[in-house]
Amino acid sequence: MVRQPISRLTRPRFAAWLLVLPLFLFSAATFVVPIVMMLARSVQDPELSRAFPQTARLVAQWDGRDLPPAAVMNSFIAELRAARGTEGLSFAANRLNSEISGFRSMLLRTARTLPAAPLDDPAAALARIDPRWGERSTWAAMRRASGPLTDGFLLAALDRQRNDDGAIVRVPEERAVFVSVLIRTLWISAAVTAFCLVLGYPVAYLIASLPAKIANPLLVLVLIPFWTSVLVRTTAWVVLLQRDGLVNGLLQRLGFTDQPLALIYNRTGVLIAMVHVLLPLMVLPLYSVMKGIGRAPMLAAMSLGARPFEAFVRVYLPQSAAGIGAGCLLVFISALGYYVTPELVGGGGDQMISYFIAFYTNRTTNWGLAGALSLILLLATGLLYVAYARLSRSSAASA
Amino acid sequence: MIRSLGMRALAALSLCALMMPGAAAARDLTVVGWGGSSQAAQRQVYYGPFTAQTRIPIQEDSWSGGLGVLRTRVQAGNVTWDVVQVEADELQIGCDEGLFERIDWAAMGGRDAFMPEAVSDCGVGAVAWTVGLAYDGARLREGPASWADFWDLQRFPGQRTLRRGPKYTLEIALMSDGVPPSEVYNVLRTPAGVDRAFRRLDQIKPNIIWWTAGAQPGQLLASGEVAMAAAYTSRMYAARRDDNRDLRVVWNGSIFAVDFWVVLRGSSNRDNAMRFIQFATRPENQSRFPTLAFQGATNLQAARQGEAAVAPSLATYPDNMRVSVPLDVEFWVDNIEELTQRFNAWAAR
Repeated sequence: MVRQPISRLTRPRFAAWLLVLPLFLFSAATFVVPIVMMLARSVQDPELSRAFPQTARLVAQWDGRDLPPAAVMNSFIAELRAARGTEGLSFAANRLNSEISGFRSMLLRTARTLPAAPLDDPAAALARIDPRWGERSTWAAMRRASGPLTDGFLLAALDRQRNDDGAIVRVPEERAVFVSVLIRTLWISAAVTAFCLVLGYPVAYLIASLPAKIANPLLVLVLIPFWTSVLVRTTAWVVLLQRDGLVNGLLQRLGFTDQPLALIYNRTGVLIAMVHVLLPLMVLPLYSVMKGIGRAPMLAAMSLGARPFEAFVRVYLPQSAAGIGAGCLLVFISALGYYVTPELVGGGGDQMISYFIAFYTNRTTNWGLAGALSLILLLATGLLYVAYARLSRSSAASA
Repeated sequence: MIRSLGMRALAALSLCALMMPGAAAARDLTVVGWGGSSQAAQRQVYYGPFTAQTRIPIQEDSWSGGLGVLRTRVQAGNVTWDVVQVEADELQIGCDEGLFERIDWAAMGGRDAFMPEAVSDCGVGAVAWTVGLAYDGARLREGPASWADFWDLQRFPGQRTLRRGPKYTLEIALMSDGVPPSEVYNVLRTPAGVDRAFRRLDQIKPNIIWWTAGAQPGQLLASGEVAMAAAYTSRMYAARRDDNRDLRVVWNGSIFAVDFWVVLRGSSNRDNAMRFIQFATRPENQSRFPTLAFQGATNLQAARQGEAAVAPSLATYPDNMRVSVPLDVEFWVDNIEELTQRFNAWAAR
């Protein structure tokens, strides 16, 4: 056998692994671990059990009918007193506020005004501070948040919630946003990808078939916007597309329209700006694949009697399929995470899912919901990628 | 050759590693503002003079808000920001979460030296700013006088711009519907009040352009994209001065709030950070700020000492104060999540 050469081969391979190691460690530390931690947040629910450990355990055992027994209330009052002024109380208050709006200030006010002396009737004392302590829904919210694990954030990210009896129900119509936002995100990304393909394919074909002297300057024209900041390009579209902007001025002067068209602060503006920003990501992979095909196969097909259109569809298009796949995948997946562009040129109904992830991460620090939304976006992206991989493998097998 | 190069690189690297902790300990006092014209004004009246007087160099940074940013910094134990200008809701939650150092008010001249909205255990009021009705006097000869006019599409045709999100927008909708400023949050605390605000917004929904960055309303007014805006008033006056625009502000029904200076917990420059806050809120220094930034002084004496010509364009001017409503921070801390969801569901319909 050829044992000798193999061992000689493996040694440089080991060295190569060593060279990759810094990058591997770097991306694990700065990329993989934070992502996993953020996603884990979507099922963790530690705040309440950390601030009120005993109460959380007791309220989880409560059957959910009427009001919890006095033992729960007594333990809650004792632990609330102990938690006064600590950051754990604030975290618990934030967590409960995402169950019921207003819970945060109610809990903090209760902690502040709770008398120091022991109480004979804890339920009545709490209800005197705020009548909501006498409501079953308040305690049901505490039971839902008692942790340490929860499905509440994932349900919320799908516009579902558990009601006071623990059954899964749809959230009220006026609060249901995330499913429609997810569909909108996928839909805008798909539309942007389709437009990029239709616009980018001819450009890539043209550049690939021209002699280098003309092709290279054209390629630079594709690359310059690619190197320019997304923010700058988006802002430029604001100037171009606004009511008295260049595009509307031109359309009116040419007589296409009397009234200025609404081209921005709506879906049209989002599509125009995103297609422009992402177009290089379509053109470049297409170009590199087309450069490899060259003109010969088309010429051969035509010399064998195919008409130009037939030669293109049956010979060129299948050969450029790899470029189409790579370009579409790049554009689609980049588009899914878009945030700045829809924010600046979109309207009220054009925000994509990243907007909400940023909102819950930064503004309200509801990292559970932010993690759940990220998880759902990641899953949707992963599923689409798997579907794409299946599709391209089966089409490659049949070709 | 290669080996010696490698050795040299290694030596350089280890030298860097040796110097790193030293560099971190000697980190300059870092002050974080909100960028734009207001930070430019701060540079002129606070950062420069502070360094000149105390010989403490200041490293500047800017941010655009968000408690999550501060929380991660403090929790990671990697506090490279010392003084941060935060909004009132960030102050309140961050203070409860222990993200900020406590203020020694005696060193700041006492709580009584400041307007009551500017005093907190964790922060000292930096500026009082306003969101108000603005329009371009060059385009609207006869301007609007109230939020009710903002809704009057017959008399004032054209688009309007509001901040995307429920904050300010719901208050404005209720005031336009005849709710007096003092009653706005009482009405908004009831489910019927929230419904009423959204129903009112329905009436002009097709005519609303939503802004997100504070610079947008001025740009939208200047380009004629909108007839009226709910805008940061300071930016309107800055545009009047710098770009010679006839942007005008209606103070009736405006909403004002206070931004705070805070020191992040665990800051290695804690003492200098407190010294900076003390410097930046002293009357003789703070009184110079409104003239440049058109944002009100929080130190009562600074507010009195300020330039008389600028006073009517400030949130702190008594006539303006009388017709405006202070932002209810507790209401928004409690309700921002639910109302933001509802706002987005409404906006997409």
